[in-house]
Amino acid sequence: MQLLNKRPESLTEQTMHYCPGCGHGIIHRVTAEVMDELGIRSRCIGVAPVGCAVFADTYFNCDMIQGPHGRGPAEATGIKRCRPDAIVFSYQGDGDLASIGMAEIVHAAIRSENITVIFVNNAIYGMTGGQMAPTTLIGQKATTCVGGRAAEQAGYPIRMSELLATIDGASYLERTSVHTAPGVLKTKAAIKKAFQCQIDRKGFSMVEILSMCPTNWGTRLDNPSEATKFINDDMMKVFPLGVYKDALKQEQR
Amino acid sequence: MYQGIRISGFGGQGVISAGVLLAYSGMLENKEASFFPAYGAEMRGGTANCSVVISSDEVTTPIVSSPDTVIVFNEPSLAKFEPMVKPGGLLIINASLVNSRPARKDIKVLCVPCNEIAGELGNAKIMNMVALGAFAAATGAVSIEAITKALPKVYKKLKPEVIELNVKALKRGAQLSLN
Amino acid sequence: MAEKILMKGNEALAEGAIRAGCRFFAGYPITPQNEVPEYMSWRMGQAGGAFVQAESEVSAINMIYGAAATGKRCMTSSSSPGISLKQEGLSYCAGADLPLLIANVMRGGPGLGNIAGAQGDYWQSTRGGGHGDYRTFVMAPNCVSEMANFPHKCFEVASKYRVPAMILADGIIGQMMEPVQFTAPEVDPSKLPEPSWALGIGEGRTKRIVKSYDLREGYLEKMVMERVARYRELEKNEVLYEEKMLADAEIAIVAYGTSARVSLAAIKLAREKGLKVGLFRPITLWPFPKLRLAELSGRIKKFLVVEMSLGQMVEDVQLSIGGRAEVNLHAKPGAAVITAEEVYDTLERIVKKGAKEYAVAQ
Repeated sequence: MQLLNKRPESLTEQTMHYCPGCGHGIIHRVTAEVMDELGIRSRCIGVAPVGCAVFADTYFNCDMIQGPHGRGPAEATGIKRCRPDAIVFSYQGDGDLASIGMAEIVHAAIRSENITVIFVNNAIYGMTGGQMAPTTLIGQKATTCVGGRAAEQAGYPIRMSELLATIDGASYLERTSVHTAPGVLKTKAAIKKAFQCQIDRKGFSMVEILSMCPTNWGTRLDNPSEATKFINDDMMKVFPLGVYKDALKQEQR
Repeated sequence: MYQGIRISGFGGQGVISAGVLLAYSGMLENKEASFFPAYGAEMRGGTANCSVVISSDEVTTPIVSSPDTVIVFNEPSLAKFEPMVKPGGLLIINASLVNSRPARKDIKVLCVPCNEIAGELGNAKIMNMVALGAFAAATGAVSIEAITKALPKVYKKLKPEVIELNVKALKRGAQLSLN
Repeated sequence: MAEKILMKGNEALAEGAIRAGCRFFAGYPITPQNEVPEYMSWRMGQAGGAFVQAESEVSAINMIYGAAATGKRCMTSSSSPGISLKQEGLSYCAGADLPLLIANVMRGGPGLGNIAGAQGDYWQSTRGGGHGDYRTFVMAPNCVSEMANFPHKCFEVASKYRVPAMILADGIIGQMMEPVQFTAPEVDPSKLPEPSWALGIGEGRTKRIVKSYDLREGYLEKMVMERVARYRELEKNEVLYEEKMLADAEIAIVAYGTSARVSLAAIKLAREKGLKVGLFRPITLWPFPKLRLAELSGRIKKFLVVEMSLGQMVEDVQLSIGGRAEVNLHAKPGAAVITAEEVYDTLERIVKKGAKEYAVAQ
């Protein structure tokens, strides 16, 4: 018998708590695969967020710290400056990164802090029960905008990759999605590039990943494609996929 | 011995540097010393004042509330600090810029034309040194030698010729106060 | 004997921290502590460490949270409003049992207050300050030499008991210059052993997690109780205070920081006039020297607490003395300058006229 696939060494045996159809498990898995393939697991230090990925410190099989809500890039900064030999990443959701942690992420990019950020954008607050996120689409329903997000009351969704692309210190920025198999593979490739950017000491890197939240989007359990359809039909219109910054490529040009 | 000093003037008149020099000189003479600036929100201009203590004993409070000596470089400082001087204490007035004269009769007053003397020496910036020279000679709290030694320690980038000029200003001030 | 140099309190604090092995600093500008980050910005590089001017106090304390998790000696500093902003992060650091140094060069408050020296953050500093149950080791320097030498003690205690340590100074101690001697031993951080919990290169060992929460049933209680045991040890071993002229004193002034210096001047005035007054100066504010105060209250029947705040430390003095002696208060909030003369007047009223003073000074 031949072993075709196994748990990446960079994931622990801890059973994940994520809901069925959630994208976090996939993103954890591809991140761990990248850590294995780059051979950096024992050098990695991760910052777990507050939000649905709050238990990420128990899932990744490397040194981890639990960050306060939104402050991941600040912890990562302190760690990296004290352990420049480590590969430091912050794993954050949209409320964590784009709302309460807006200052920390922007300034980490401004300083071109040599860290990698995995940013999971599912346009909703998950763990607290489906409140409006800074990335919630206009018209999208949430428990704090039951009639759907109205611009006149709550403003507009924020595009983080585009925003950070205006910052000189941001070195690698890409937006991907995990709602399709090719999308998962592209996400993995993007995360690999982002980590490589850090290994090569090129400065700040972030991968923004559009991800499903069937539970809080209220999609039907017996029809998981409703969630992937929401990404395809609605989210990708507001959050176009692609590479927003690639300093390495620009250098080569 | 104990000598509590307040120095006050416009920002830029060398109030702070005179205070630091005095404290440093006290330290060089193996006395206890402290310097405390009244720090305002403004960066330039405005008024500046500081407290200096030179003492043979440990310095208790660094904020001098009833000074043995007050040195005023400008008019508003005279109005503010004249009432604070200890009875029998000393008030040194920069007569070049302060036209009023103190009303109090229970203190010693020394009027020194600091700016004129500094001008004669060729550098208006050393006005504060003239006052310090007068202070040192009048009180004996620190010696001119100690201030001279402190100058290059406090201002590491000062050129020797500028230090020499500062020393001249100190000596001119001292002479005036002795006359 | 180390050479005496004239130094500003804030600069002595920064230099003292580096000599104590601090190799990471993050901070944000706020008066009257600006000399700390300014000094660190050039000195840290010389020492082979890292300096970051953070985008906010919130970010600065979180950088320290990350830095401390690597086991390195690290520090942040601020003044009152900025320290309020750091409290969430400080609570996390305490919850994660991380040693670190935080300095508060207090100014007038509440709100933006003013930039003069004050002592209004006593409760915040000694009661934890942030959310949840925790303690911070708090030292209160009253001169520039203590600013220079307390960082060493703070790092030692912080590392030994795995608690955040705080230096609680005020704008006057931060801004004043005095002759200073660095007497604390110089620490080479590369010679310090790597703590068993420090994040780093995980080759050949199991992963480590620095955490302030554990949502499993009963685990938080376990974490907290384990921490409480360390607090008890710290309280037993690390209390510091200073006594002056107490041997024959009929009344003792209790004061810390700048208030203690002013009080000493008042005591000298009083002694000249034949009043038997002495000084009790708590150096650690947590743990508070309550046992020693209790002991003194067996003999000294009148105490006067002098503080540049509404009357905060007085509560700790009352708790320590427990009704065995009279506790008076001379409180001066609002960053007003406290003078030896006014403290002397209060002393005189208490001793000569038998008045009981418990008031905010006008």
